[in-house]
Amino acid sequence: MQVMTDLFARIFGDGLSSLGLLVAGGLTMALIMALVMASCAIVFTWAERKVAGFIQSRYGPMRVGRWHGVLQPVADMVKILGKEDIVPRDADKPLFMLAPFVIFVGSLMAWAAIPFAPGFIAADLDLGLFYIFAVSSAATIGILMAGWASNNKWSLYGAARGAAQAVSYEIPLALACIPVVMITGSLNMNDIVIAQQGGIWRWHFLHDPFLFVAFLLYFVASIAEVNRGPFDLPETESELVAGYHTEYTGMRFAFFFLAEYANLFLVSCVATAVFLGGWQPLFGPVFLPGLVFVIKAVLLVLLQMWLRWTLPRLRVDQLMHVCWKVMVPLALVCVLGAGIWMLATGQAG
Amino acid sequence: MSGDLVFYGFALLTVLSGFFVVASRNVVHAAFSLLFTLFGVAGLYAQLGADFLAVTQTVVYIGGILVLVIFAVMMTRIPRGDAPRRGLDRAVPAAILALLVFALIYMVIVGTRWPERAAGAPEATVAEIGTGLMTTFVFPFEYASLVLLAAMVGAAILIRERAPADDAADADDAAGEGEVRS
Repeated sequence: MQVMTDLFARIFGDGLSSLGLLVAGGLTMALIMALVMASCAIVFTWAERKVAGFIQSRYGPMRVGRWHGVLQPVADMVKILGKEDIVPRDADKPLFMLAPFVIFVGSLMAWAAIPFAPGFIAADLDLGLFYIFAVSSAATIGILMAGWASNNKWSLYGAARGAAQAVSYEIPLALACIPVVMITGSLNMNDIVIAQQGGIWRWHFLHDPFLFVAFLLYFVASIAEVNRGPFDLPETESELVAGYHTEYTGMRFAFFFLAEYANLFLVSCVATAVFLGGWQPLFGPVFLPGLVFVIKAVLLVLLQMWLRWTLPRLRVDQLMHVCWKVMVPLALVCVLGAGIWMLATGQAG
Repeated sequence: MSGDLVFYGFALLTVLSGFFVVASRNVVHAAFSLLFTLFGVAGLYAQLGADFLAVTQTVVYIGGILVLVIFAVMMTRIPRGDAPRRGLDRAVPAAILALLVFALIYMVIVGTRWPERAAGAPEATVAEIGTGLMTTFVFPFEYASLVLLAAMVGAAILIRERAPADDAADADDAAGEGEVRS
C-alpha cells in the first residue's frame, strides 16, 4: 500500500490530505487484489481443463480463440453472466444470498498480506502470517452458510464436511509454518522473505531436514484446506452432486468458483513466501521480483492440479486419520526438531 | 478524525449485529449474525492498537468457536408448531434482569480507572506478548495448557466410550477417532 500512497502523493502533490491518500491508496490496492483474484480464476480454469485434458490423453477446450481455446474462460464468463439467478423456494433466502460473498471476502482479506515484491504489499502487518490464517478461516462460515441456506441434504453434507475438513487441516497448516517463524523470529511476511536472501540454498525449505518435511506437510494440508482433490470430499460429484454450491446458479455460483481458484493461488503464494524464498530468484541479485514470485506460485498451482487429476479421492475417515494421526504429530516433531537444530547449530538467539 | 469514523463504523456493526443476535427469532440467523459481531469486536481491538488480540479474536472466535456454535445450532431440531411462550410474565422479569446487568456493567465501567496511553501510531505487541508469556507469565501459561490438555484427553475418552457400541457411527464421526481397519 505504501507504493500506492507514494504514487498518489507524487501525482497529486499537496492536493490530497493524508487521509485522502490513505483511502485512495487502500482502494486502489483492494481493486488490484480483486482484479488479480478475478484473473486467477480466468487463467486457472483454462489451465485446469488443459492439465486435466493432458493427463487424460485428450485436448480439453480447443475451439474458442484460435489457439488451444485460450478464450474459453471469456466465453464461459459471458455465459455465466447471462444465467438466471435462481433462489430455491424453500431456501433460507438472506443467508443464501449472502454466503458467496462471505466466502469471497474471507479470501480477499487474506490477500492483503501477500508480499508480491519488495514494498508491494497491501498491508505490511507485523502479524502477517497469523493474519492470513485468521481471516481465511472466515470462509468456513461462508461454506456452512451456503450449505445450510440451500435447504438441501447434499449441500448440508458438503458444508459439514467442508467445515470439519477446514477446521482440522488448519492445524497442521499453521504448525508447519511455525519452524519458519522460529528461524526468522518474525510473523511479518516481508521479513520472512528477506530472511531467505542469497540463492536457493538460503530458502527455508532447504534450511534443514525438518523444514523440508514441514514444507511437504504445508503443501498437503493446503490442498485439503482449499477442498481440492484428492481431498475434495465436500464436493464429491459421485456422492453429493456438487456439495455446498449445488443449488447456486449464475453469478453467485461464479463467486464460489472465483473464491476456489483465488484460494488455490493464495495458499501457493503463502508457500512461496514462507518456504520458497518469495520474490528471491534461484541465484544472483533480485531480478523482476513480482514475476519471480508469480512464477513460483503458478508452478505450485500446476503441481496441485497435477495431483488433483492423478490421485483418487480419500474416504472421510481416511481424511481425518491422515490429519490427526499423521500430519499433526509430524508437524509437532518438525517444530521440536527445528528448535533442536537451531540450538545445535548455534542459531538460537 | 479518520480514526473516529473507523471506530463508529465498527461499533455500529458490532451493536447492530449484536442486537440482531438477540432479537432474531431464527436461531440459525442469530448464530450467523454473530460472525459480524465478532468481526466488529476484532476491528475495535485492532483500532485500539491491540493487533495481536484482534487477530487472535478472529482465529479463536470466528474460526473456532463460531463454527462449533453453528454446528451445534444446525444439528438441533428447531421446534415446529408451539412457538415459545410470550407475554408480560416473561417480559417483565427479563427486562428487570437486563437492567440490573446493565447497571452492574455501567458501574464497573465508571468505577474503573482506565490506564491511558499517549495517542500515536500503535506499535507491534506480538514480541512483547511472546516474551511475557515465556518469562513473567510462564507458569500461568503452562498451567492453562495443562488444563486444556486434560480437557482434550477427557473429550477423546468420552467419544471412545461409545465407539464399540455402534460401529456404524464412528465412520462418520469426524475428529479424533478416525479408526482405520485393515
